Amino acid sequence: MDAHSPEAIAQEERRYLRIFLILGILTVLEVAVTRISALPHAVIALSLVVMAAVKAALVALYYMHLASEKTLLTWIAVTPAILCVFLLFMLTPDLGALTRMITHAIAAAPATH
Amino acid sequence: MSTAAVDTHLVEPAESPLTPESWGKLGMWNFLVGDAMSFGGLLAAYGALRYGDPNWPLPSSILGITLTAGMTFLLVCSSVTMVESLAGFRAGNQAKLKKFLALTILGGILFLCCQAYEWTHLIEHGQSIQHDNFGATFFVLTGFHGMHVFSGVCYLSVIFARASLGKYEDPHNNEIEIAALYWHFVDLIWILVFTFVYLI
Repeated sequence: MDAHSPEAIAQEERRYLRIFLILGILTVLEVAVTRISALPHAVIALSLVVMAAVKAALVALYYMHLASEKTLLTWIAVTPAILCVFLLFMLTPDLGALTRMITHAIAAAPATH
Repeated sequence: MSTAAVDTHLVEPAESPLTPESWGKLGMWNFLVGDAMSFGGLLAAYGALRYGDPNWPLPSSILGITLTAGMTFLLVCSSVTMVESLAGFRAGNQAKLKKFLALTILGGILFLCCQAYEWTHLIEHGQSIQHDNFGATFFVLTGFHGMHVFSGVCYLSVIFARASLGKYEDPHNNEIEIAALYWHFVDLIWILVFTFVYLI
């Protein structure tokens, strides 16, 4: 089937609508999960991260056509995701510790008038 | 025209596994990757600052989650209208191309209006970029994304104008696809911003 034939385009459009439904359901689920107070915050956070990653992957793979592109483009697109996760894990201990130090120093400092 | 000039015109770059199908698409992807690193840096800094601050407020206690969920859905809908516009172009249906492109632009404008309303509401209730780290990170992240949405609306408006002038009659033209990449990227980033800033 030629990529631009009417049948191929119709098939693609049906796929886009399926992806849209999945994205909509995941968005509703994300908001719903935050309203479940019985769950620990860590579980809520992890489930939200997983759902966001799935949504981002669906948009990248099917709306941005990464699934049908050359491997080179896939590696170009995935690189920032890997680097940003690395950046977060490298920054958090240092920046987090610095912020805690400043926050505690401000809390402990005597009032100066 | 000289023989040398004709020969130069006919020489194609050598094919290799790395030769892209479209240099324009490769260029846009390279730009989006750099932009993703900018957002990644901002989000990583947000995460690191929040982790270190035990007094960080719960976002749902300050921000309107329902409105923002609606904004997220709006942006997802605009991504759908963008792919429908591209499908129309590929099918040679100029009317469909222009109709769904117009709907995509409208979606972007509505998103910006909702964001402006949200910002106004927050500022009236005392939030600002100077208020605390929460305010600073919130306004910088959403403002940076909002500028991307605004740029996308301008970009797509130019594409729409060119479509109206009949510049996209050739089905091999990939300008629409390249513009669509940018718009989907804007949607993708919002998915991440919505999750990390508003929900977690």
